[in-house]
Formats: sequence, C-alpha cells, structure tokens
Amino acid sequence: MAKSKTTRKKGKVTKMTSATVVVQGTEDDEEELHQALTEDVISASEDEGGSDDERKHCRLLEAISSLGGKTRKKLTERSEASIQVSEFTVNAEGEGDKINLSDLIGTLDKAPTALTATKKQLKNLEHNHTALDTPLTRKETEQIQRVVAFEKTSKEVSRWQSVVVQNQKAEQLVFPLNQEPSGPKRMEHVVSGWKAQTPLEQEIFNLLHVNQQPLHNPVLTQNEEATMKAMSLEEAKIRRAELQKVRALQSYYEAKARREKKIKSKTYHRVQKKVMRKEYLKRFDEMVKTDPAAALEELKKMELSRMKERMSLKHQNSGKWARSKAIMAKYDDGARKAMQQQLEVNKDLTMKLVIPTNEEDEDEVAEALPDFVNDAEPILDPINPWMRGKLSTEPAAQEESNCLVPPAAGPGDVKAGDGPDLLREEEEQVEETEEEAILRGFEERRKLRRAKDAVEVAPVVMEESEAEMPTGKKAEMVTIESSDDDDEVVEISEFTSLYRGLVKDHVEPPVEPPRAGADPCVSQGEGPALLEEGLVRVRTLEDMELLGQDVSACEPAPQTTQTLSTEQTEPQSATKQADGKRKRKKMIDPNEVLTKEAKVIKVPFAPTAVEDVEDTDEQRFIIKEAFAGDDVISDFLKDKKKQESAGMPKVVDLTLPGWGEWGGGGLQPSRSKRKRFRIKVAPPPPRKDQKLLNVILSEKRNSSVAAHQVSQVMFPFTNPAQFERTIRAPVGHTWNTGNAVQKITAPKIVTQLGAIIEPISREELVKGENQAVTGKSNLRSDQGPQQKRRSQQKKKHKHKKN
Amino acid sequence: HYAMKVKVLSRNPDDYVRETKLDIQRVPRNYDPSLHPFEVTREYTRALNATKLERVFAKPFLASLDGHRDGVNCMAKHPKSLSTILSGSCDGELKLWNLTKRECVRTLQAHEGFVRGVVVRFCGSSFFTIGDDKNIKQWKMETPGYGEEEEPINTILGKSVFTSIDHHHKDAVFVTSGQQVDIWDEQRTSPIRSFSWGVDSINCVRFNPVETELLASCASDRSIVLYDMREAAPLKKVIMTMRSNTLCWNPMEAYHFTCCNEDYNLYTYDMRYLDKPYTVHMDHVSAVLDVDYSPTGQEFVSASFDKSIRIFPKDGGHSREVYHTKRMQHVICIKWSSDNKYILSGSDEMNIRLWKANAAEKLGMLAPREKAAVNYNQKLKEKFQHHPQIRRIARHRHLPKAVYSQVKEIRIMKEARSRKERNVRKHAKPGSMPVVTEKEKHVVTVVK
Repeated sequence: MAKSKTTRKKGKVTKMTSATVVVQGTEDDEEELHQALTEDVISASEDEGGSDDERKHCRLLEAISSLGGKTRKKLTERSEASIQVSEFTVNAEGEGDKINLSDLIGTLDKAPTALTATKKQLKNLEHNHTALDTPLTRKETEQIQRVVAFEKTSKEVSRWQSVVVQNQKAEQLVFPLNQEPSGPKRMEHVVSGWKAQTPLEQEIFNLLHVNQQPLHNPVLTQNEEATMKAMSLEEAKIRRAELQKVRALQSYYEAKARREKKIKSKTYHRVQKKVMRKEYLKRFDEMVKTDPAAALEELKKMELSRMKERMSLKHQNSGKWARSKAIMAKYDDGARKAMQQQLEVNKDLTMKLVIPTNEEDEDEVAEALPDFVNDAEPILDPINPWMRGKLSTEPAAQEESNCLVPPAAGPGDVKAGDGPDLLREEEEQVEETEEEAILRGFEERRKLRRAKDAVEVAPVVMEESEAEMPTGKKAEMVTIESSDDDDEVVEISEFTSLYRGLVKDHVEPPVEPPRAGADPCVSQGEGPALLEEGLVRVRTLEDMELLGQDVSACEPAPQTTQTLSTEQTEPQSATKQADGKRKRKKMIDPNEVLTKEAKVIKVPFAPTAVEDVEDTDEQRFIIKEAFAGDDVISDFLKDKKKQESAGMPKVVDLTLPGWGEWGGGGLQPSRSKRKRFRIKVAPPPPRKDQKLLNVILSEKRNSSVAAHQVSQVMFPFTNPAQFERTIRAPVGHTWNTGNAVQKITAPKIVTQLGAIIEPISREELVKGENQAVTGKSNLRSDQGPQQKRRSQQKKKHKHKKN
Repeated sequence: HYAMKVKVLSRNPDDYVRETKLDIQRVPRNYDPSLHPFEVTREYTRALNATKLERVFAKPFLASLDGHRDGVNCMAKHPKSLSTILSGSCDGELKLWNLTKRECVRTLQAHEGFVRGVVVRFCGSSFFTIGDDKNIKQWKMETPGYGEEEEPINTILGKSVFTSIDHHHKDAVFVTSGQQVDIWDEQRTSPIRSFSWGVDSINCVRFNPVETELLASCASDRSIVLYDMREAAPLKKVIMTMRSNTLCWNPMEAYHFTCCNEDYNLYTYDMRYLDKPYTVHMDHVSAVLDVDYSPTGQEFVSASFDKSIRIFPKDGGHSREVYHTKRMQHVICIKWSSDNKYILSGSDEMNIRLWKANAAEKLGMLAPREKAAVNYNQKLKEKFQHHPQIRRIARHRHLPKAVYSQVKEIRIMKEARSRKERNVRKHAKPGSMPVVTEKEKHVVTVVK
C-alpha cells in the first residue's frame, strides 16, 4: 500500500501493475475492506505533504503482517482469460485514486514526433474534468435487471387477463379449444407443408416456378395479382354499376316475356306472330343478299318444320274443336270461315315455301336479351373477374336508360287481354324499339371503350353511375337490414337477459375474486368443497339411507338463523293456486255447458255434483244427518283450546318446603316464600291462528321434514328468497320443453372423447384482443350456446308464424 | 232407410304415432305450473337418488400397471398419443406403457441410480431422461428393430446431478435443474443459458405451456423462482415457510401456477403477484409430492406422502375427491391424461395406477339420451347441493384409518393454534397483533 503511494509520488507508472493484498472473504467483508481502503486513500491524498504518522502506521502494519508466520492468501489480479470471473479477484487497488492523463502521456515523451497529434488531443482532454460514475456493483445491477425484466414479463402475461376472465365467465367451455374443422382441407393448407422430392415433382415445380405460377396459394397467379393491383377502384365501381344495370334489364325482359306468354288473347298472339313473320321475312331477304350460306341454313330449318307439320295432325280439322265446328258449319257462317281459315293455315304451313315457323315465338324471348350478359367473355383481361362485363355508360345515353330502369314497377301496357289489340301492338313495338336502341347503345359504347382509355371515362362516369344507382331503394334496403339486425339483437339480448335471470340463480356466479381474508377455519365451516371423510365405506343404497339417518341424528337442533321452509311453502302456494282453479271450475254454469237441462233427480242420500252447487242448504242438511252422532265443530274448538293452553307458559314453582321454616306434613310454605320462588314466564307472542276460528296453525317444527331442509343461506345466495326462487324453478323435462331442458342442463365443460386437449394457444389471445376491440365474442366457448340460442329463437319465430 | 250416424272420438294419428321406431314416444304434456304442484319435491327426490347412485357407482380405480422393480419416480405423458405413457423408476429403468392394453411395451435401462426425470419432446418423436449418473439422454420413441441395440440418440454428461427436466412446448429447447437452471439447445452439449440465484439445489423446473418462454422452479431453500428464457437474469423469487416440491402451470391460464408444499398444502399463485398465493388448497395430511393440472385447467390432482391422491378445483380451498387403495404407498408422481378423463399415479410400491378423473363417470360413448340424463342429474345435484341429506351423501368419502386420525389430529391442532392466537390477541394491546390471513401466513418474503 504504502509502497504504491511512494511510487506514485515518484511519478512512475509501474504502480498499476503492483500487487495488492486483498483478503478474501464474504461479500460484506469485501465491501468493508473497500471502504477502509478508500478512506485510507483519501486521507492519504489529503495530507500528502508530511503525514509521517500515517506512514509509520503503515510500516508498522507491514511489519506485523510479516511477523505472522502464516501469510494470508494473496490474490493476484487477473492474468489469464477465463469464463468465470470472480468479482473478488478483481484488483481494487487505486480505486479511489485519480489517474492523471499526464501519467499516461509521460511515456509518450520519448516517442517519435509522429504522435504529437494524439498528444495534443490528449492534452486537450486533460482539461475536461467530467468523469464517469463508477459502475454499480454486480449485485445491484442484477437486481435492477431483474426488476425490469419482471415488469416486462408481467405486462406481457397480463394480456391474457381478458381471455382468462372470459373463460371463467363462459357458460360453456368446449375443449379442445382450437378444433380443426372436419372435412377436406383446402389445397394450400395441404401443400404448404410438403416438399418436392422425386425428380418428376421437382421438374413440375421448376416449370411452375418458371411460369410464375403460385405454389402454395393457388387462388391467384402473379399476373392476376398484378392486374388486380393495376385496376383502380373507380373502374371497378363503374363496371359493377354497368353489370347491375344489365342484370336489371335482363330480369325486366324475362318478366316481360313471361307476362306475354301468359296472355290468353288469341288475337294478340296472332298479331304478334304476324309482326314477327314480317320481320323475319325482312331479315331473311337481307340474309339472302348478305350471307347466302346462313340463308340456306334457315331454309333447311324451315323445311324441317314443314315436314313436322305435315306429319302432325295439327290444323287438319280433325281435332275436337274442328269436329264441333264441322257440325255447326252447316248453319253458321262464322264456323265455316274458321274451318277454312284453319285449312288455309295448314296449307300455308305444309307448302314448300319459305314461311316462318312457330318456333320463332319461343326464340323471341331469347333474342330480346343481349347475349353477352350471360356469356363468359374473353376480352380485355381474361383473368380478372372484374373486367368481364363489356358495357360502359356514357352520359348521353344515361337519361335514356334512366327512364328504363324502373319499368319493373310496370307500365300498364300489358294488362291481360282487354282493350284494343292494335294499340297494344303499337306500344309493344315502340317499347321494343326503345330497348333495342339501348342495347345498341351499349354495344356501341362497348366498342368505343375498347378503343378508348379507361382514364378518360373514369371520373365523370363514376359520378354518373353512382347517381344512377337507385339510391332511395338502396337506402331503404340498408335501413331495413339494419332494423332487422336491431330487432334480432334486441330479441337476443332480451332473451339472454331472461335466460340469465333464470340461470343466474341456478349457477353459482363464476369464480369470485380471491376472498382476501378467507380463513381456513371459516372456509371449513362454509365448506361446500369440503369432503366429509370417514371410516365407513358406502357401497349400496342401503348404506346411503343409513347415512341419511346419521344426518338426522347428528343434525343440530333447529337453528335460529333464517330457516327456510321451501318445501312447505312451495306446495302450499301451488295447492292454493290449484284450489282457486277448482273453485273457478265450480262456478261454471251447468246451463251454459249442457245443452239439455239436466233432470233433477231427487235421491236424498246420493248427492250429485250438479245438485250440490245449487242448493247448499240441502247439503248442510245431509252433512248434519250423516254426522248426527258426533259434534265435529265443538271437538275442533276443544282441540284448539287444548293447543292454546299447551302453548301458554306455566308458572314454575320452585319453593322448597322446610327451608328456613318449619317442615312437616300439612304445613304450607309462607306466602312471601311462595311469592319469591314462583316464577312467571313471559307470555309468548300471540298465536297466528288467534283470529282464524276454523284453523289450527301449528308452529312446531316437523322433525321428519327438518332433516331435509336447508337451515342456512349458502354462499352464492344472499337471501332466502333468492334461494327459494332457484329451488322453485324446475329443471326436468317433465316441467320444461325439450329445448329449455337442454339449455338449462348444458354442462359447463364439454370435452370430446379421445381428443387431446392442448394448452391454450396464443391465437386465442389474438382472438380475445380482437373481441375486446370489437366487443364481439368469437371464442368458441362463448359462441356455442349463443348460436344455439339464436337458432332456437328463429325456430320460435317460425312457430309463431305457423 | 236411415244410415245411422255414430259420433265417435277421433284423433289424428300424426299426433301420437312415431314416424320411425327410433323416435322417442311423443308425450303430450301441459307445462302449466299450476298443474304440477309437487315439482320441487319430485325433483328433490330425483336429486337424492342421483346423488346416491353417484356414490354407488363411484369406482374410480381402473387398473394397476405393474412391472417396475423399484419405486416409480417420474412419469411423462406423450403429447400426441393418449395411450402412451413413460415411467422411470428408482433403479434407473424406464418403461413405456400402452394404456389401452394396460401393458408395458418397452423397457430400457436408462441410467444408473434413479431416473430423476423424463420428458417427451413436443412432437412425440423422442424423449429425454435424466438420472443420478449426471447424464442427460435422448431416446427415440420407436422401439429399436430386431438386432438393433437400445441406445440413446444423444448423451450429455453433466457436471452435477440433475433433479428435473422439462421440454419447451414449441422449440427444440429443454431445461434442467440441479445446482442451477440450465437451458439447453437440443443440438448442443453445453447449456445455452444458466440461471442461478442462491446456492441451494433446485428441485423442479417447469416451462409455462402458454407463454412458452417462461419458467418457474422451486428450490430447496424454500424458494420459488420465475425465469424468462429470453432474459439474462431470473425474474423474481418468493420464499415460503416450507419447501415446495414441484409445481405445475395452468395450461389455460398463462399466469397461474400451483406448487405443492412440504407443509401439506398446495398454493396457487398468480405469477404477477407473488407476495400472496391466490388460493391455498389444504386437505392432505402429509407432504405433497407432485401436482398436475387437468388439460382443461379447471382442476388439478395432487399426490401426497400420505398415500392418497386428491383432486382440487383450481380455485377451491378443499379437495372434491380423494383416492386411495390399501396397497398404494407414498404417491411420488401424478399425471392427468390429456383427454381430461384419467389420472395416473406412480407410487413407492412400484405400481402405476390408472384412475378415473370423475369417479362415477360412465366410460365410453354415451347415447344421446344417456348424455341428457347425465346432464340432468348433474344439474339436479348442483341445484340441491345445499340440502343437508344430499350434501352429506355427496361428500361422504371413505378414508384409511391412518389418514382419518391424522385429519382429526390436524384439525385439533389447528383449532388449538387459532384459539391460542385469539386469546393472545385478546390480551395484547389493541392493534399490536395484526390479523394475518392464511394466505399471508405461508409467504416469508418476496425477493426482487
């Protein structure tokens, strides 16, 4: 120690390497030593000048230590690398000393001039006096580390709180929690865990790779994804609007065709056919000019239809109608005409001429529709589902189409067969031409669009299409939906609340927070969980009976605390109700019920029910006669009096003759003594049947029933009424409907036979967090009963409707 | 000529004829409560009968697997197969059992001296054993083929004796305890991390099955220490009045674990609040040696030195069930099967016993009507559980005489102690003797 000081004074740097003596011991010793050392050093540096005493003292110490034959174990400073570094072996010498930079730079003086720059820097540093704090001891740093780490993990673990609480509150838990849905798995799930092994497989995969085909997620290829990305939202919206419109048109045409088909008027159809025929002929003529091959085809078709007509008996005047007409034809001009007409038709049809066939009217419906609506289309982007429709809207044609969108509401043009046919026909034609115009417009625009860039159209059309959407209708729909939802929610919530109200009393509230001061003794007393352990092994039902007797034997005398007499009160109330019903039944007038008046048969000793109601006097008479011998009423009164007197307190006589007086036969204790030792007990509260003349109410506890009665309000219940309510609500299917029973008796935990239940996974945690955000419960455990409930409700609704 | 009209009562057969013979007979019923005045009494009788029948049918003991030649010291469940369990005995022998056949399918001499611990890798393809010979051995789950020798895949020679082993639930990492807690990578021969806090040896270390990076250990200095595999230092330490033997994490609640203590009790802790156990579970009359949670996390089973097994609800202070047989000695290890149906106990007298977790439960598939009946009976028992007759019958259990008298004795001791405390408090200066709850009594200190 002293040596090192002296060396420093000399200004040598060797100090750092000098060894020190550190006594190894416990940590505490070590620290003390450190303190001692530092104090020592400080004091030494303080009076550096001439503290001879100090020096002497040190020398003395040295001398003493050298005198001791057994030198203390010296620990050298660390000299070789090792994994385990003991904090005790680190040199603590010179801890408090300040190392001046000059000490370090001193050696540099002799070095060549190349180092002057660093020397300068170091010298500048020397002026900086801000020193770092000494690092904390290892013990302290570890503690800090631990505290921080614990806080971190406990926060992490606390994320589970919501899930845990939810599971505790859940009415039913179904294990295993994360059950995989049965049935075939999706392709990508199967493929994801699989690797190409055989050369063939590898080749295939190589090919797929080259063509940028998706391997694991075959829903979209890269190209598809690219196109998906390329298409803007607006474009998609426009497209969707177009498609919607076309669909609306389609449905409109279909409806129209159907309507037309239903029209029974023959004249209408005739006119229609005529028109069609004309048109057809026109077209055919055109076709002959433009496309002779197609015309030939048509001709062939016609020929075929002619042959069919020839083969059939249609228009041959051989039908029922024709025969009747033939009879009438002699007298009736009209009939004759009709027959001739038909024959003409036959002629027409069977003639080898180019004449349109009957089939055409069926074709008409299909023709009216734009084909592309139903076609799968190969233009633009063959892959992209959004690019399939071809139509586009243009502001010019918009109004036109707008007036056409609502026709589903129905212009009255096609009202079944009355009114002038011609007019209707005209209207029809107008309509058709309109439709055709629209469709043509679409067609044109489609072509245009192909040429144009989508960008030009986008903004304007977007607005248009949005405006064009039947907004009112849509809004209506939405509102309806929402209101529906609300209804459902309300109903469900109502139902759940009801159900909870029902069940709350049955089921113990799920998992109370730990009761802070739950003493074991108290819990023993409470102990629904506490087993009653004994040396008796119970094997049979007879043993159980014995056990029951045991109870009644060992059951303490009736306790004063809140005695419940559920079984007594319940049936009473029930019977009362039943009585009420019976009385009401008696009040029914037999004259109303019976159509015939009942004959009153006078049989004195066999009273009938009908009679009883009518004349009570007679009944009384009968009863009197029957019980002529015994006086029931007076007996009853006597009984009651006896009971009353038995209940009255008796005077207790405690006088002992002879004490303090003369004793012997015939002597009475003195009056004062009698007064003193005769004790009168306070009268009991008035009897309950005091004012009820015809009733005896016994307030004695029935011991045979008592063994079965609950004497205390047990834990989940707070008052007897609550408990009684739960007991009164029956659970079984004798008193409840099947569904209700199923719901009430649903077990709290459901496990699957033979299924391994894994610990809860972090996915559940994510689910739980999502629920916390959306306020919606998705956990399996919660979902089960809810779903059930919902479905049941729907069923109920159905029943109501029925 | 008159056709005589006879009016008769007629019913539509649709109302009462079943569509198929498998349908239940339709019973037209009026659910009007006024027509059923005796519903409570009738249900009470049913509940009473159900309770009695439950006790009659309560036969929990299923089978005893014998074959070990020394006490069974440790057991392990197979994570993927319900029918497989592994057990290690005090003579270093390890056995694989097939539970459906109730027979041993493979025996191997794993260690010299005790097999201290066995754990199956999460994938079920191999398992690790540790023994008194300071070895960690990894074995294949498959039985070696004909001519192959029974050899471990890996053997790691440790510096000190290992006391327990557990495997990470997702990664190829396992942990051992002994002088310190070592975390091992399966691929390396030296631990990737070691935790030590204090000098006493550590009895048991377990991975948290939910938050898989967390660990808890109990040491012979009466402490329970929490670790995080990712941190450099342990997290927290709680020192109790007596030593905890083993602990088990709740598989459904990430922060709850239960430790079984030498002071006959079990303590469930919330790992965030170690200053006081969440629940104290008492009923055992001797040191509790092992504990295992049911896979549903609702209950746990404990094995005790008092030769009995008890089942506790996770938040109940007392057991709901006690199992014992005449021949079963000190129960050293216990496991709850991962389908929540069975309990396996390994005891001193070399046997592994298979119990039903629910004593009166009917095993096998139940017909829907049976299931409904079981549910109904359960509900009835629950509804009328407070009625004295029913409670008495439902709670009655037979106990061996030794345990019975011990229970009595302990009760008397407890009463005496509390009486004395009461009296002392009565005569002490008011406020000078604060009331210490049962939960607080057993914790000495929490070390940060």
